[in-house]
Amino acid sequence: MSTETPAGSETALSAEQTAELLDRIEALESEVADLQADAGDDSNKMVIIATKGTLDMAYPPLILASTAAAFGYEVTVFHTFWGLEILHERNSKNLKLSSVGNPNMPIPNVLAALPGMDQMTTRMMRGKIADNNVASIQELIEVSLESGVDLQACQMTIDLLGYDETDFYDGVTTGVGAASAFQEMQQADIQLLI
Amino acid sequence: MSMDVTETVDVKGQNCPMPVIKTKGAFEALAAGETLEVVATDSGSVSDIAGWADSTDGAELLEQQETTDNGEDVYKHYVKKTV
Repeated sequence: MSTETPAGSETALSAEQTAELLDRIEALESEVADLQADAGDDSNKMVIIATKGTLDMAYPPLILASTAAAFGYEVTVFHTFWGLEILHERNSKNLKLSSVGNPNMPIPNVLAALPGMDQMTTRMMRGKIADNNVASIQELIEVSLESGVDLQACQMTIDLLGYDETDFYDGVTTGVGAASAFQEMQQADIQLLI
Repeated sequence: MSMDVTETVDVKGQNCPMPVIKTKGAFEALAAGETLEVVATDSGSVSDIAGWADSTDGAELLEQQETTDNGEDVYKHYVKKTV
């Protein structure tokens, strides 16, 4: 305690120290202003990359996207590779489960590989979806678009899979690529790969 | 208890995520001070709508009731628009 100044007394700063502190305050103030400008609009944003086109994997991106929109989020779902099937108007009505390599299926892999098995398990799953009042993929696409979700179809994979822009639901954004998806991810609070 | 309900949304028979999405849609159309009643059969709607109201500016969850209608569980949610 011997070096401490007595309580209540003022600590004198040299002119040099004061100037240094003022400079430091100024630097911090401008840093805070920059951060505030960056934080700019306080709207929240989520980006989902949807890469799968089986019936079970079509649900999570659409359910999360429409729910996040209800929470006031600005949402983009970037569909690429088999994820395009979800937005493909005709194919989306005929999405299938994969029986092979799915340990949750009630049949062993060796039987699951038989012709017609995917159709059978898909029919069972569709029955369960209907019985449990789970919305269809088309309904979820509809509510997502109505809620302002930007459903995007990756242009490179549209070309790769030989699709046409008109194959997709009205309201789907085409002509977008990895760079625009990445840019949106940079600005997003939540980024998911499904 | 009686509540001054302005609007009722019936989402009976609909499952996640529909109750929250329909709630949000109807909530948007309310004026400040009005109360929305949401009637659902999805048991998940209890935590979903509570979570939604908690995260949504101007939404106040007044009450949630669990009742039975013809042997079916029914969940009623009351959300007030405060601003």
